[in-house]
Amino acid sequence: MKLEFTLNGRAASWDGAPVTRLAAALRDDLGVTGTKTGCDAGDCGACTVLLDGRQVCSCLVAMGQIEGRSVETVEGLETGPDAMAALQQSFLDHGAAQCGICTPGMLMAAQELVRRNSKPSRAEVEDALGGVLCRCTGYGKIVDAVMDVVSPAPASAPVAGGAVGSRIVRVDGPAKVTGRDVFGADGIPTDVLWIRVVRSPHARAHFELGDLEPLRRRLTAVLTAADVPFNGYGIYPDIKDQPVLADGHVRYRGEAVVALVGERAAVLAIRDDEVPIAWRPEPPIFGVDAAMAEDAPLVQADRPGNLLLKGGVKRGDVAVAFEACAAVAEGTFETAFVEHAYIEPEAGWARRVGDRIEIHATTQTPYMDRDEIANLMRLKPEAVRIVPTACGGGFGGKLDLSVQPLIAIAAWTLGRPVALVYTRPESMAASTKRHPARVKARFGCDTEGKLQSCDVTALFDTGAYASWGPTVANRVPVHAMGPYAIPNVRTWGEAYFSNGPPAGAFRGFGVPQAAIAHEAMMDELADRLGIDRLEFRHRNALRAGDTTATGQTLAHSAGLAECLDALRPHWRKAHEEIAAFNETGGPHRRGIGIGCMWYGIGNTSMSNPSRMRVGLSPAGTLTLYSGALDIGQGSNTIMVQIAADAVGLPAEQFTLVTGDTDLTADAGKTSASRQTFVSGKAAEKAGQDLRQQILRLANAGPQAILSLEGATLSVRDGADVRTIDLATAGPLMGEGTFDPPTTPLDADGQGVPYATYAFAAQLAEVEVDIELGTVKVLRIVAAHDVGRAINPTLVEGQIQGGVAQGLGLALMEEYLPGRTENLHDYLIPTVGDVPEIECLLIEDREPLGPSGAKGIGEPALVPTAPAILGAVHHATGVRAHRVPLLPHRLREAMVAQQRSKA
Amino acid sequence: MGDYLRPRGLEEALQALTRPFTVLAGGTDFYPARVGRAVTEDVLDIAGIAALRGISETEVGWRLGATTTWSELVEAPLPPLFDGLKQAAREVGGRQIQNSGTIAGNVCNASPAADGVPPLLALEAEVELAHRDGTRRLPLASFITGVRRTARQPAELVVALHVPRPRAEARSAFLKLGARRYLVISIAMASVVLEVAEGKVAAARVAVGACSPVAQRLPLLERALIGASFDATLGERAEPSHLAPLSPIDDIRGSAAYRGDAALAVLRRLLSKVAA
Ligand SMILES: Cc1cc2nc3c(=O)[nH]c(=O)nc-3n(C[C@H](O)[C@H](O)[C@H](O)COP(=O)(O)OP(=O)(O)OC[C@H]3O[C@@H](n4cnc5c(N)ncnc54)[C@H](O)[C@@H]3O)c2cc1C
Ligand code: FES
Ligand code: FES
Repeated sequence: MKLEFTLNGRAASWDGAPVTRLAAALRDDLGVTGTKTGCDAGDCGACTVLLDGRQVCSCLVAMGQIEGRSVETVEGLETGPDAMAALQQSFLDHGAAQCGICTPGMLMAAQELVRRNSKPSRAEVEDALGGVLCRCTGYGKIVDAVMDVVSPAPASAPVAGGAVGSRIVRVDGPAKVTGRDVFGADGIPTDVLWIRVVRSPHARAHFELGDLEPLRRRLTAVLTAADVPFNGYGIYPDIKDQPVLADGHVRYRGEAVVALVGERAAVLAIRDDEVPIAWRPEPPIFGVDAAMAEDAPLVQADRPGNLLLKGGVKRGDVAVAFEACAAVAEGTFETAFVEHAYIEPEAGWARRVGDRIEIHATTQTPYMDRDEIANLMRLKPEAVRIVPTACGGGFGGKLDLSVQPLIAIAAWTLGRPVALVYTRPESMAASTKRHPARVKARFGCDTEGKLQSCDVTALFDTGAYASWGPTVANRVPVHAMGPYAIPNVRTWGEAYFSNGPPAGAFRGFGVPQAAIAHEAMMDELADRLGIDRLEFRHRNALRAGDTTATGQTLAHSAGLAECLDALRPHWRKAHEEIAAFNETGGPHRRGIGIGCMWYGIGNTSMSNPSRMRVGLSPAGTLTLYSGALDIGQGSNTIMVQIAADAVGLPAEQFTLVTGDTDLTADAGKTSASRQTFVSGKAAEKAGQDLRQQILRLANAGPQAILSLEGATLSVRDGADVRTIDLATAGPLMGEGTFDPPTTPLDADGQGVPYATYAFAAQLAEVEVDIELGTVKVLRIVAAHDVGRAINPTLVEGQIQGGVAQGLGLALMEEYLPGRTENLHDYLIPTVGDVPEIECLLIEDREPLGPSGAKGIGEPALVPTAPAILGAVHHATGVRAHRVPLLPHRLREAMVAQQRSKA
Repeated sequence: MGDYLRPRGLEEALQALTRPFTVLAGGTDFYPARVGRAVTEDVLDIAGIAALRGISETEVGWRLGATTTWSELVEAPLPPLFDGLKQAAREVGGRQIQNSGTIAGNVCNASPAADGVPPLLALEAEVELAHRDGTRRLPLASFITGVRRTARQPAELVVALHVPRPRAEARSAFLKLGARRYLVISIAMASVVLEVAEGKVAAARVAVGACSPVAQRLPLLERALIGASFDATLGERAEPSHLAPLSPIDDIRGSAAYRGDAALAVLRRLLSKVAA
């Protein structure tokens, strides 16, 4: 059916099935891909457009309903060529876009409001944006951007040498606020074949495939395990346990079994029950108890006892030390599978180029993808080119392969480009999760409140496949005592296979789970001794000069005590206010809590080098070649800032080439909070290298001032000015590599696992509805020792986004296979759930880091749940032993507590 | 690919329904049920039928056109009788859902957690169904027969909901309990309409949702409210025994015991709120 309507003020027409979703028509047929789709179910709001001036989810509107009406998308916001709307400029200036996948939807939702009301209140903004989810920002900067739309803060471009520490806007920001950034599902050529994956409805089953010929006749190809040259992948070189397509045996619900390849409509038209699979379901193993049971069936035949890994850290004599303690606290804490819920589902496309395969997909780790695809396809790594698209959120979940193997194999064998975009339920069912943990903790201190002994055992459910399980099991014992100086420590971690989804990397690698336990212990010991909870932590905080449980002496940059000092005035004031509020009675009670953390930056006791290059071409183009992927956290901008100051030229003169494995060097993966510290250091060195070359050419001293105009580089050394004609002197290329110095851990976990650690303390104020068990977080104050904030706006953005995820972990998020596989049953915080978050940046410089910087990505999330749970305890006397603390769980615990008191 | 009809008139739509069609209004329940698969059924899009849209006052009350959206309802000038329904409208999904989702769609979808249903029950709404051969009216309580089941025949369309005018001045309110602020399926919700004469409750209608397969009125509580003075102490009248018609279940959003508890707390607050 042919339809006429207005698109962004211009007449448009479209022809197709009228039941087609508006979102699909815009993106697939009308070529306006600024509108994103994250769920196709109304739950995420990424697809928000204006229809006759009103915000609607374009995934819920039939094209048949568009005839004669007016549709506005993000592409229509710009007021002219390169002229952003005030709202877009405000988003840019406030750092309101991180990964940017929610940004077009946010902008359109906000546009409906600001058109009617250019000075909206916070509540009005929240009501307007309530239907758009953002997983990156914690919403604060978005709300500010909308409220400030009429009075934008003037942005300043820093001069040469002044980039580090300045709040320059994201270098990739304009692309994000105009909808021009190309995400995994945005740049797919029109002539591709599509894949639809048929997945297991069972958590544990054997199966046989029937005759696939009839399906093959309807499609271009039907791929099975037999089509995968080497059917096993995994993060660790020696653990390739996850098949691309299951081979007769599935180990979790959502596991890929068959890939249908053909025209898009053809693969979508085939229902799962038309694919001949004879299932023989078996009782699944869920949870560590079932996995550890003596007669438990094995999830993986070669893993006795379903054990993936165990190990720990031992220092001093824990048992003897407990004997002498004045107070001992203990408790067991459980967490659930948690879903990353990035708003961009996994997506990408691949094509064969001669004897090479080229993959355009959303990812956090181009080089690992390259090597893994080469291994799966039995190709040389050089035969694989990874061209990362913009990444609409990762948080660890896009470190594992998703669409890449199937699109690569299909494109390779069929000789045609092939695309795959996960649906939301598919993304949730197939992808990795945060490890459910059971952490048993025992801590003791002396009469002065000095910690003496700590014994922590953490059991992790690693799900069906190893993924990052070993990383979690290794990292947790190093961190499980918390950021405190304790002479006697025993920490232990074990990870077990189950028929749950593969648990992988999720912001913090198990440390957030452990922090819930150690921080509950701190509260309890402090309360027992009648010491203020903050002061208790302050007394025990690791400081420069202290030796950690792994025997590492912290030479520098251990700013926890400073973080606590910064929180103290807020803490005291809030205590008074809360006491006054609670005096008034009523069904609401307030409480305040505090959480501390430390976090080792980079891989645990493993080499994780980054290499960066800065080039100056004969035409005078200054380019940073960065293999560090920006998944929203801001590394594109930070690398430019660091490189700019290292070279001594303004950041705005840089162009950036990022991610493509053919054009950039390996800068490792975007995980473990390592990019600022490790890749940033490499960028600094690369910039310094280029500067050295320039100074040598100009025969100038180290203080020389550079300026670049076209192909002419001027070097001013005192009164002396030399010019270099790059057309004759170029090209120049500076290179830098950095691998943080660590040592392996011995059998007792002794060694130097990380070159540096981030420290943080956060406080949370909550209001508990004691009749309903609901918790409203009223305020978070977050103090983070980041070494040096390369870009304070981006650091704050990381903190606020991490806090929002920590809030979700504490209060609402629980992935249950088959039950919460969409974004209306699986709840993540909305704009109305995340409170005001005040960020206090502590800069205790790390000499190894670029300009003293460490990392912030994961540390932001770790202290939040402990602080919230401590605040709930303060308000109600109930200590949560299981998260998420859903309303019914809290209410039931309160009732039980009342009963036991009576 | 199925057929897609978008009639402008009701007659045409009813004529079409002589054969099976899936009705599409705002699409906010329709599309989420069809993620990742081709839509193959024959679709009757009723959103373009002008006669089904909008709110009008009649001699005996109000007519809410079937495809009136939640946002249109909120913006309509209506007496305090409708405050509860309007408050519910503001709690349905986010703004986008309110701008598309329709009142009749909510009722026809017949989710146990449909936020529109308790306020409409408390308003004693009647459902008007049209058929090629005529129309009929059913009380909402008889229209919704179970979880996602209604008394609608395949050849019928819901054309409107009718709200009778109360005898005395009426007040109403709605309260929802969910695990987050926006876009959330209710754990429990309740709505009340009170007719007030001389400072006392002359008539009361209370309904609770998400605590039984179909939202329920609470006749015992309604009776207990009659004659009570219309002030913040109204909440104290609600007793656990009043919840007898409810049959809460355990699910991912809450346990049965918690739901019962919470429903009572929500009711008490609702009653205090309406009189505040
Ligand atoms: C993200 C999201 C959040 C939501 N949140 C809430 C919420 O908080 N509370 C809540 O109650 N609901 C919620 N909903 C559900 C939904 O928005 C409402 O039920 C809405 O009112 C449905 O109206 P619609 O016009 O969009 O229905 P449609 O999807 O068009 O239709 C719904 C059903 O009713 C039938 N139907 C519609 N109109 C008629 C008619 N006139 N005659 C006969 N049959 C008809 C259709 O065939 C279909 O089966 C949410 C939905 C989404 C996607
Ligand atoms: S894609 Fe439309 S709401 Fe998520
Ligand atoms: S910036 Fe909002 S989802 Fe990434």
